[in-house]
Amino acid sequence: MIPWLTIAIALPAIGAVLIWALPRVKTPAGERAASVAATAEGGGGTATAVRAPAVAGGAASAENVKRITLGFSLATLLVLVGMTLRFDLSNAGSLQFVEEYPWIPRFGVHYAVGVDGIALTLILMSAILVPLVVLAAWREHDDREDGGRGYFALILALEAMMIGVFAATDVFLFYVFFEAMLIPVYFMIGRYGRGDDRARAAVKFLLYSLAGGLIMLVAVIGVFVHGGTFLWADLVGENGALAALDPSTARWLFLGFFIAFAIKAPMWPVHTWLPQAAGASRPGTAVLLVGVLDKVGTYGMLRYCMELFPDAVEVFVWPVVALSLVSIVYGAVLAIGQSDMMRLVAYTSISHFGFITLGIFALTPQSQTGAALYMVNHGFATGALFLVVGLLIARRGSSRIEDFSGVRNVAPKLAGVFLVTGLAGLALPGLAPFISEFLVFVGVYAFNPVPAVIAVIGVVLAALYILWMYQRTMTGPTAESVSGFTDLSARESWVVGPLLALIIVFGLYPQPLLDAIEPAAERTVVVTTVDSAEEGGAE
Amino acid sequence: MIPHMDLPVITEEAPALDWWLLAPLLTLFGAAMLAVLFEAFVPAARRRPIQLGLSALALLTTFVLIVLQVGSLPEGQAGVTVGVGALAIDRTVLFFQGTITVLALVSLLLIAERRDGRDAFAAQAAAVPGSEEERAHILAGSQHTEVYPLVLFAVLGMLMFPASNDFLTMFIALEVMSLPLYLLCGLARRRRLFSQEAAVKYFLLGAFSSAFFLFGAAMVYGYAGSVNFGEVRVAVENGGAAIFQDGNGEPLLLMGIGLVAVGLLFKVGAVPFHNWKPDVYQGAPTPITALMASCTLVAAFGALLRVFFVPFGGSIGDWEPMLWIVSVLTMVVAAIIAVGQRDVKRLLAYSSVVHAGFILTAVVAGSTDGLAGAMFYLAAYGFTTLGAFAVVTLVRTADGGQELGDLDRWAGLGRRNPILAGALALFLLAFAGIPLTSGFIGKFAVFEAAVAAGATPLVIVGVLSSAVTAFFYVRIIVVMFFRDPEADGPTVVRAGVGTGGVIAIGVAATLVLGVFPGPVLDNLLPSPDSGQDPVSVMVDQASTETG
Repeated sequence: MIPWLTIAIALPAIGAVLIWALPRVKTPAGERAASVAATAEGGGGTATAVRAPAVAGGAASAENVKRITLGFSLATLLVLVGMTLRFDLSNAGSLQFVEEYPWIPRFGVHYAVGVDGIALTLILMSAILVPLVVLAAWREHDDREDGGRGYFALILALEAMMIGVFAATDVFLFYVFFEAMLIPVYFMIGRYGRGDDRARAAVKFLLYSLAGGLIMLVAVIGVFVHGGTFLWADLVGENGALAALDPSTARWLFLGFFIAFAIKAPMWPVHTWLPQAAGASRPGTAVLLVGVLDKVGTYGMLRYCMELFPDAVEVFVWPVVALSLVSIVYGAVLAIGQSDMMRLVAYTSISHFGFITLGIFALTPQSQTGAALYMVNHGFATGALFLVVGLLIARRGSSRIEDFSGVRNVAPKLAGVFLVTGLAGLALPGLAPFISEFLVFVGVYAFNPVPAVIAVIGVVLAALYILWMYQRTMTGPTAESVSGFTDLSARESWVVGPLLALIIVFGLYPQPLLDAIEPAAERTVVVTTVDSAEEGGAE
Repeated sequence: MIPHMDLPVITEEAPALDWWLLAPLLTLFGAAMLAVLFEAFVPAARRRPIQLGLSALALLTTFVLIVLQVGSLPEGQAGVTVGVGALAIDRTVLFFQGTITVLALVSLLLIAERRDGRDAFAAQAAAVPGSEEERAHILAGSQHTEVYPLVLFAVLGMLMFPASNDFLTMFIALEVMSLPLYLLCGLARRRRLFSQEAAVKYFLLGAFSSAFFLFGAAMVYGYAGSVNFGEVRVAVENGGAAIFQDGNGEPLLLMGIGLVAVGLLFKVGAVPFHNWKPDVYQGAPTPITALMASCTLVAAFGALLRVFFVPFGGSIGDWEPMLWIVSVLTMVVAAIIAVGQRDVKRLLAYSSVVHAGFILTAVVAGSTDGLAGAMFYLAAYGFTTLGAFAVVTLVRTADGGQELGDLDRWAGLGRRNPILAGALALFLLAFAGIPLTSGFIGKFAVFEAAVAAGATPLVIVGVLSSAVTAFFYVRIIVVMFFRDPEADGPTVVRAGVGTGGVIAIGVAATLVLGVFPGPVLDNLLPSPDSGQDPVSVMVDQASTETG
């Protein structure tokens, strides 16, 4: 049996280590800094300094680093596609490709991975986004002394952890990936980000996430103390190790996990780190941050909060629904008022995450399937939106809306791509996010019509913020500073093309995704509604 | 016929001693004595290599002996006492001793490090700072090779401290450990007045705390009629010595516990007995700070665990609330004060106080898990902290002179010197408890023990305090990596073999214990499944009567 998931986790990790380990090639800008490093570092440093000139011919030039990164991310995608072809779709609700080895026996910790339909689609989404992010960042770091080698190594390290966090079926292992993931992103924002505010934004991001993670640590310890194991499969279910948990403890543990996931997701009122972090990020970083990392939060709610503590869900349904509604409306209203496109997209995401959490906590099969599908579609749509904004930043050196006007006249293809991704963001029928938003509405309406009606406000506002941004930047007279814009280059077409294709294909034919997600989502619903019969009655 | 059979019979024979089990301590003691003689009889020019070689050899031999003893301990049986019940040897003690010896060996690399023929210690400690005499000694290249015997004596005390099986032995170990350290603190080559101030503060406060400990031991003796841990435990379980059968001896015991606790909590640096730490850590020569931050902490916690688990183990209800409060205060107060610190050594000192608070949560748990968690935490923390102080020794003012502790001027270190700054970043992330570092496993182990023992509120305080500590660890990373280098930035001097080695060992230990903690957790530490509960082993052996 081939350990598909382990290979998919190991490949990018090896790539990251390889890039770090490659001898450094000195660019004039990096010369001085690197020589100081080599002298102080002692024996190892001198060896590097001696070796470096020999390979300066090109072994690890900035171009090669990018090619290696792209190669490893594409190889990972290939492995995952190979795995997907062997995925048993008829059994998508249960864990497949399971691997399990003891890791720290004293604490019952296993290296245990496996995927069900939801995890598989999220892993695939991440693996599709990474090569595009690498392509998008191709020219971003050319003026740096290291040519961005650290950035590309961090992307690969992050990819390994992203796959790991979705694949983990051991609560401890999940926690390890969940926390360790913060470090690459922290450096990607703080060291390689944009603007003077990036150090502050990076610290804010890290501290918010760490605080949530540490609260979750207490809950993780609680799971072990009460359950005696960390293996997800042994913990859940009617005969699982946590089945006999008393309701009050279950609620506290649920809350411990939920706070961490709500910060990650991010949900109002613990969302404030996101706009700042996204505003200080490179577009590629923002894609991975909002498109993938934040999904860990909603995925965690579904997989860990709900399935580990089904008895506790009932108490939290209405509070979370209320917070979701606030997020939907609040995120949308603030998005309208933004003058920076990166921050605008970040606020739209807060609104969209409100839809996802609303769908999860409405506890109906349609709403949860819709929410899980939304996670994937949002990754593609928002990822595309960030990348297109990135194309504009690359041309103008700014992400402020007022710096653009009439781009359509000089770069029609770019404007067209911008419009399609924007329309995907407002969930236009025919594009992928529509299906998921529709399913969430259907499910939530069945749960209770009132929240569904309130959530509609978010849809209306979405049209406003997207179209208004399009109008201000793309239409109108061509500004002086915009007149020199070139249209999409071949590389840039490859950055956004695949995502547009996916958005359109899954908008017209979502069935493959639904086949994978539905059984897994239904499993959660069954678990929670069996235990809290009143919620079942609401259907 | 002797009329009173129960009177002790005075014999002329010396008590039988198990020389094998005493061998590590005796080796170190012999080497320290020999080093003193070398100091007197070997010409000054040839002393350093001889002293260094002797110290390294002695520590290495001691470590080998300790490892061999682990194999020779009787399986499935309580540990043994040696020296007429003065010392206890079991796996727990041997783990502490082995850890201390290895950490001391690594610190020795830092202590021995020389730059341009000068080490970190004053040329002539007796010369008045800034005087002609001092300058003459510096020009003559004088050096204090007494540092090596002093370190050996200190380590000897540290090895005895957690192995002590009665209060008097523990007091002697405490003094043997502390006195050389007081001296060593005052020997810094640079900023000598700071260093001397640190030494005096440490000495005065340390002397006070020793007095508290001794006074407490006297109270306990009054209550139990013995200073032996095993007998004290029996007395505590029976409500005091024979004269206290009516139960009115309780105040003596409570005073004894409280005063002994003050002495021990001072050594681990728990709030409110932490005030010496920032001053002493900052003023002492950095290699000595590293020795204190790693080895002394391990030894002090080893002793603390033994005292609370063995003699006072029967009155857990009496001391648990006290340790709850101390632990909460330590975690909260130190974390908050640390946020305002600008000097890297002071920051690491407060960080050490916070970590002491985390380990105290495991002591509060009072269980095997707590013991094992504390042991792992101490070993992991020791290596990481040694590495961090090794980095500190390399960052100096622009002329390459004294260390530059001012964090604001560390800006851009990560650009100029990515590998060194990267190593420090790893150590800081380990302090912050990020997964895949040893700090996370340690934190998990102690917090798990505390939650299992029902101290969940303590753990919640612990994680919140962790979040605060993360703030200042992360801020150092921000300064190093996210800020541009400034004109008057520090010079990073070239790491010698010793310092480079310490950093490499620190990085390796931090990563290996973080990713593959299994072997240490399963084999070296007492396992709850082995049927050999280490806490009860400690208790049983305390009263066994072996050679």
